[in-house]
Amino acid sequence: MTIHLFFQQLINGLGLGSLYGLIAIGYTMVYGILRLINFAHGDVMMMSTYFAFFGISIFALPWWLAAIVAVALTALLGVTIDQGAYRPLRQAPRISALITAIGVSFFLENTALVVFGSRPRAFYRPEIFRPVWHFGGISILSLTVYVILITLVLLFIVYLVVYKTRMGMAMRAVSRDMHTVPLMGIDLNRVIAFTFAFGSALAAVGGILWAMKYPQIEPLMGIIPGLKAFVAAVLGGIGNVFGAVLGGLILGITEIMLVAFWPELSGYRDAFAFLLLILVLIFRPTGIMGEDLPE
Amino acid sequence: MSTATQPHPVVGRWSRARRRRNNLLSLAASLLVLGILYLARNFADEYQIRILNMVAIYITLAVSYNLINGITGQFSLEPNAFVALGAYTSALLTMTPMEKEMNFIIDPCVPLLAGISIPFLPAVIAGGLVAALFALLMGFPVFRVRGDYLAIVTLGFGEVIRVVANNLQTVTNGPLGLKGIAPYTNLWWTWGLALVTLFVIVRLVNSSYGRALKAVRQNEVAAEAMGINSFRHKLLAFTLAAFFEGMAGAMLAHLITTISPMLFTFFLTFNLLIIIVLGGLGSITGSVIAAIAFAWGSELLRAVEEPINVFGMFTIPGIPGMRMVIFAVILIAAMLFWREGIMGRREFSWDWLFGLTGGKKNRRTV
Repeated sequence: MTIHLFFQQLINGLGLGSLYGLIAIGYTMVYGILRLINFAHGDVMMMSTYFAFFGISIFALPWWLAAIVAVALTALLGVTIDQGAYRPLRQAPRISALITAIGVSFFLENTALVVFGSRPRAFYRPEIFRPVWHFGGISILSLTVYVILITLVLLFIVYLVVYKTRMGMAMRAVSRDMHTVPLMGIDLNRVIAFTFAFGSALAAVGGILWAMKYPQIEPLMGIIPGLKAFVAAVLGGIGNVFGAVLGGLILGITEIMLVAFWPELSGYRDAFAFLLLILVLIFRPTGIMGEDLPE
Repeated sequence: MSTATQPHPVVGRWSRARRRRNNLLSLAASLLVLGILYLARNFADEYQIRILNMVAIYITLAVSYNLINGITGQFSLEPNAFVALGAYTSALLTMTPMEKEMNFIIDPCVPLLAGISIPFLPAVIAGGLVAALFALLMGFPVFRVRGDYLAIVTLGFGEVIRVVANNLQTVTNGPLGLKGIAPYTNLWWTWGLALVTLFVIVRLVNSSYGRALKAVRQNEVAAEAMGINSFRHKLLAFTLAAFFEGMAGAMLAHLITTISPMLFTFFLTFNLLIIIVLGGLGSITGSVIAAIAFAWGSELLRAVEEPINVFGMFTIPGIPGMRMVIFAVILIAAMLFWREGIMGRREFSWDWLFGLTGGKKNRRTV
């Protein structure tokens, strides 16, 4: 394990972790305001990659335009899921919404299998992301660095939205006390719809970048990253968007390092996130940056 | 004497005579089921016997899954994990050393397991116990803290089991799986297990433990205030569910005689979820009814995936994978429009049956 390899893997880990973080933000926001684990979130990310894919291949859009359209469509998808499947169950016991979330997740996966086919498709990686940079003995794909930068920029935007806008204040209020918020004259459904849209849009960006990095998309690709992103959100402190990204980075780095130091364990890399979840629950259930959310 | 001062009717809800009648009726019903099985063994064809076996396994799984999801109200996604554990454990225990040698062609089996070969029943129980052990290990951190995360933890655990089974070449034979498992399972075993599971869980639910579980479901804080240790009760329900699911997995392994990690995917859990939702979360009777309907119905739905010949004039091509989309739509529709399912939280009881025919007669004093 040379120092070069270490740094290389560190940056790879940061890249992967950023992607987890982008998806985790959506999870943590929805859980924060609705106490709902949106199982469909990973599959929403998968749909974004297919939207972008078809934008590029069928509609022949330039990649950046396809990405923008895909992000917008994914945000719309997220809102539709909320309004169609979760909103009727706002008053119902939580288990109902969880079951419905599973149902939506399964629906998206299998509809994608039927409509898009199970054969993986190759995703276009734009020219700007292709070069491999070499310096000081380290080789890094430029995309990885761009992913980290884009994530930082988006994190800043999330900070601005959540802490500096009225909608953000409404979101924070809903996460404190959902039932008092309508009494203050705030349209609860609009806040929730916005949260879903925002979270889904971020997951879409993460998904498209993921598709560029691991340039293969298939209908079941969202399951494992979705699961890991949720673990990242819990690790960082659920309900806290910074925690989500932090958790994502930690998970990404440790996962890459695990495989780098012990290559024979690489088959177990997916299991590692689960182990991390159990450890978090045992030692620090509120997560790193979590506040104790009222039950 | 006016009716107002008459003593409480002797033929009360829990009177000895009534309980004895109910127990005898249950026993008679069980014997009837066994009788039907005997007839089936001799007269039904292989396909029907296979369906009957699967129905029994589904009943066992649905009723145990409903214990944690419906009756205790803790949403979990564990069945595929525990079924896998029970299947692998029991298969590895019943296979003879020679069979193991034939299977483990890439890497030899771990010496500890290679030499063991035990009879069916202990292996089934061992499968259940292994599953229960893992349930205990998982439940401890989860239930102590945030029950919400049970679903993700169990979902993750299912993935872990699959990953581990795929990689642990010397124990599980990796992606190749285990072939040639002795077909010990027959109608007696599967339905025997189903009846035992039903017996245990019905008795549990009708006892003070069951009432405590339901209290935890209704309102955990209030239950704790009444002195119910919700952590212990949730753990009890979870472990018991895992035990029966593991044993059902053992039955499954020895029925289909070939298991591999790909067999125990989330799809199995999803099917069970549909079953207990449609049957009624919290109703054992509902789970049984829905399990039977599901086993039957999913065979019918296979038609959707085959080309359909319409009046011999043209064929609608089969859409592979459509079955699962339909299942997903059914689940979502059920949650939105028919959350109670068939039975809601009601149960079948002999009293109800007699109430249909008896009416006012049964309330009279002797």
